[in-house]
Amino acid sequence: MIDKLALYLQYSFVQYALIVGMLIALCSALLGVTLVLKRFSFIGDGLSHVAFATMAIAAVLNLSNNMYLVMPLTILCAVILFRTKTKARGDAVLAMLSVTALAFGYLFMNIFSSSSNVSGDVCSTLFGSTSILTLKKEDVILCAALSVVVVVVFILFYNKIFAVTFDEDFAKAAGTRVNCYNLVISVVIAVIIVLAMNLVGSLLISALVIFPALTAMRIFRSFLSVTVCAAIVSVFCALLGMLVSITMGTPVGSTIVAVDAIVYALTVCVTAVVGGRR
Amino acid sequence: MALLTISDLSLGYDSRIIVEGLNFTVNEGDYLCIVGENGSGKSTLMRTLLHLQEPLGGQIRMGDGLAKNEIGYLPQQNAIQKDFPASVREVVLSGCQARCGWHPFYSREQKKLAMDNMRRMGIDNLARRCYSELSGGQQQRVLLARALCATQRILLLDEPVTGLDPKVTMEMYDCIANLNREGVTIIMISHDIAAAVQYASHILHIGSSVFFGTKEDYLASPEGRLFLPQDGQEQLERATEGGDAK
Ligand SMILES: Nc1ncnc2c1ncn2[C@@H]1O[C@H](COP(=O)(O)OP(=O)(O)OP(=O)(O)O)[C@@H](O)[C@H]1O
Ligand SMILES: [Mg+2]
Repeated sequence: MIDKLALYLQYSFVQYALIVGMLIALCSALLGVTLVLKRFSFIGDGLSHVAFATMAIAAVLNLSNNMYLVMPLTILCAVILFRTKTKARGDAVLAMLSVTALAFGYLFMNIFSSSSNVSGDVCSTLFGSTSILTLKKEDVILCAALSVVVVVVFILFYNKIFAVTFDEDFAKAAGTRVNCYNLVISVVIAVIIVLAMNLVGSLLISALVIFPALTAMRIFRSFLSVTVCAAIVSVFCALLGMLVSITMGTPVGSTIVAVDAIVYALTVCVTAVVGGRR
Repeated sequence: MALLTISDLSLGYDSRIIVEGLNFTVNEGDYLCIVGENGSGKSTLMRTLLHLQEPLGGQIRMGDGLAKNEIGYLPQQNAIQKDFPASVREVVLSGCQARCGWHPFYSREQKKLAMDNMRRMGIDNLARRCYSELSGGQQQRVLLARALCATQRILLLDEPVTGLDPKVTMEMYDCIANLNREGVTIIMISHDIAAAVQYASHILHIGSSVFFGTKEDYLASPEGRLFLPQDGQEQLERATEGGDAK
């Protein structure tokens, strides 16, 4: 099995896939901490369904590269969602939006698709491509570039994101441009969601965003250490998941999420036994 | 010119007016206590002063070169969520955020300012502890240190002593009184009228009837009598003695 792995790792497309996977995992974990703490875990879920619907539209329109349609539309939705969140029933609106997007996406694909294998297409958009190795080279480059941008933006805005997440009212009263930073957060989240769709598919993105943050919050008690730990855990799980998936031929998205879930469960057990500082 | 001049202010939510016709001024170095029953609109007034919500009418004017963002704020408890992973140092430093502008990181002076304020509040030994694992009194000190990082001029405190034991409450009052002596203007919401008349220089009472004036006037007013039925006179004497000593 080791031999098989070593053989695979020699191919550049395998290396690309691993790098892209790890970058995406890194990005989603960084913003995941904020999403969980702002109680917005479901936004990731809702947005991923929106991304699914736009992808369906892109497929219907036969766009050569669907990113150019999916990305702006998802960002637009993210901005609107973050705007309306203070109003009452935000969660119900979100749930409605997310199922509507899902339904229309599937409908479009079924009615208009020229592809012979509609259910295969739907399945891979929902659960991620069965093999990440089918990524095209330009996808890889775009993914890598966007991930780097996300990480840089996150580092530059780190202190502001903390201030806005910890106590939005105080930050606002002290003259911080809260709306501006919320906008930055929502745009970055949308970018991450679209990127992560390539890796794990739209139904599993929430897991990629939430699990590492929850795992880290079990162990550490300061924002910096939680963020760093979540990033490390996420990259590790993604790498492990992808290696397992390549050697065993399992679907890549669900394998990564399974690893994430197992790591979380183990952390819960260990911290409980150690009498962790829960 | 006063730091804050409030004229004919109306507050409320979605055009439902809760308080109207508020007029008062706050001068540099004042210690204003806002009192009134639950739900009378004290927190709403504070949020309006902070520009967290729009006034439904009237005006808030700032003088003496006080900028909009030079107001420190201590929110009413439970405004901050439980089990948020953040160390005391991170929380206090976040008070410097507004000074940063577009700079991504805190400067050395800002870190020093945070350290100094932690020392001032006697929490420098807790710097690495998790905020949500501290006791209520310690948490209030952390938030006070954070507010001091945002400004040295005026602090708005929303019920800073609620839920604290008598000893810690006294410490908290002393702490705030010290800050006031150092020149920080204080606006505090409190249900503790006895303490309010002991420490404050001015009282704003909101509710079915509105009163604003110095604490001496307050004790003589019908609103003050209502709240301090028997020992009002005694309080007044003690309070004025305290004032003389200063
Ligand atoms: N977000 C809101 N939307 C609509 N009405 C609100 C909102 N928050 C408070 N109110 C109403 O405004 C009134 C004043 O509330 P406020 O919180 O200012 O009272 P308070 O004087 O601070 O009371 P307490 O002493 O309990 O803190 C209350 O009647 C309350 O029901
Ligand atoms: Mg209140």
